[in-house]
Amino acid sequence: MAGALFFVLSSFILPADGYKVGDKVMVFNLKNIDNKMVALGQDASAKGYIIVFTCNTCPVAQAYEERMLDLNKTYAPKGFPVIAINANDEKRSPGDSFAQMKERAKSNNYGFPYLLDETQEVAKTYGAKSTPTVYLVKREGNDFVLAYHGAIDNNSNDASAANVHYVKQAIDALLANKPVEITSAKAIGCGIKWKM
Amino acid sequence: MLKKNKKVRLFLLGFFLCSAYWVSAQNVQAIKYPALERLIKSSNNTVLVVNFWATWCKPCVEELPHFEKLNTKYANKNVKVVLINLDAAADLNTKVKPFVAKNNIKSSTYLLDEPDYNTWIDLVSADWSGSLPFTLIVGADNKTRKIFEEPLNETQLESALKPFLN
Repeated sequence: MAGALFFVLSSFILPADGYKVGDKVMVFNLKNIDNKMVALGQDASAKGYIIVFTCNTCPVAQAYEERMLDLNKTYAPKGFPVIAINANDEKRSPGDSFAQMKERAKSNNYGFPYLLDETQEVAKTYGAKSTPTVYLVKREGNDFVLAYHGAIDNNSNDASAANVHYVKQAIDALLANKPVEITSAKAIGCGIKWKM
Repeated sequence: MLKKNKKVRLFLLGFFLCSAYWVSAQNVQAIKYPALERLIKSSNNTVLVVNFWATWCKPCVEELPHFEKLNTKYANKNVKVVLINLDAAADLNTKVKPFVAKNNIKSSTYLLDEPDYNTWIDLVSADWSGSLPFTLIVGADNKTRKIFEEPLNETQLESALKPFLN
């Protein structure tokens, strides 16, 4: 068992700059706010996932929180649920502790898992550098493949002023079996607080 | 009558204190990307240290004093620090200007009003993912460039600058 697990982990070569579109992504297994483990692909009905590296404390992540909730409401029933992951080191950012994560998810009614990436291995492997950053993955057989990564839309300050909705457009394309037009978009965010 | 006089005096005192406060602080302007590009490209014979920050970014706020110190220490060595603020334009008068005044920031500071980030981040540097803080050093030749997508302490900042000095 341990040997098989080692094989699975070592078969993913750590990409220097994280995943590129088309890459097969690492299947993580992380602790959720209800203390249960959640693995990518655990939900057999999921066609893919909207993986969001986010946190409690970053004002940009906070500005996008409502939009993250909306994405889950719209796309979970269509087979693309949200999985939120916090990778910030709680020593450097006490507001992002596991206890604080539970608090925030409860008070803001997260309808999706909010996982703690305690070793920061998942964020590093995926190549997430700031919050919030989305990795949209689609199921291909037993694997999940990156279809889009980056910002949720093109205006973090004002949701109503955004006119390019990167994540929505990408999922709509996947659902319609069309190619994703914009496969990555950069945005200003809070650097992930890596362990020192 | 006496009461009224006191009020007037208090008002005047307040007025003068406030105006002194504003006069000493630099007037932060909102700019668009082309202005930033001109600023970076027209640095004739000057080493530019461009730091991207926001009042809401804690590690950015913590490293600002190092940039201020650098700006003073190397002013006579043709080094110029420029601070590019990325708060929302709506917060210019309510957050950014008061912050700059309160911390007595002397390095030239601009608010970059470009909320569609994906249109310009790659133009600053293709290797910048967009996380803050971010520092770009442009050599006096206007060609040599180095980027740092991480917070810098005083020692790190000085050693980052060193190769650009001659």
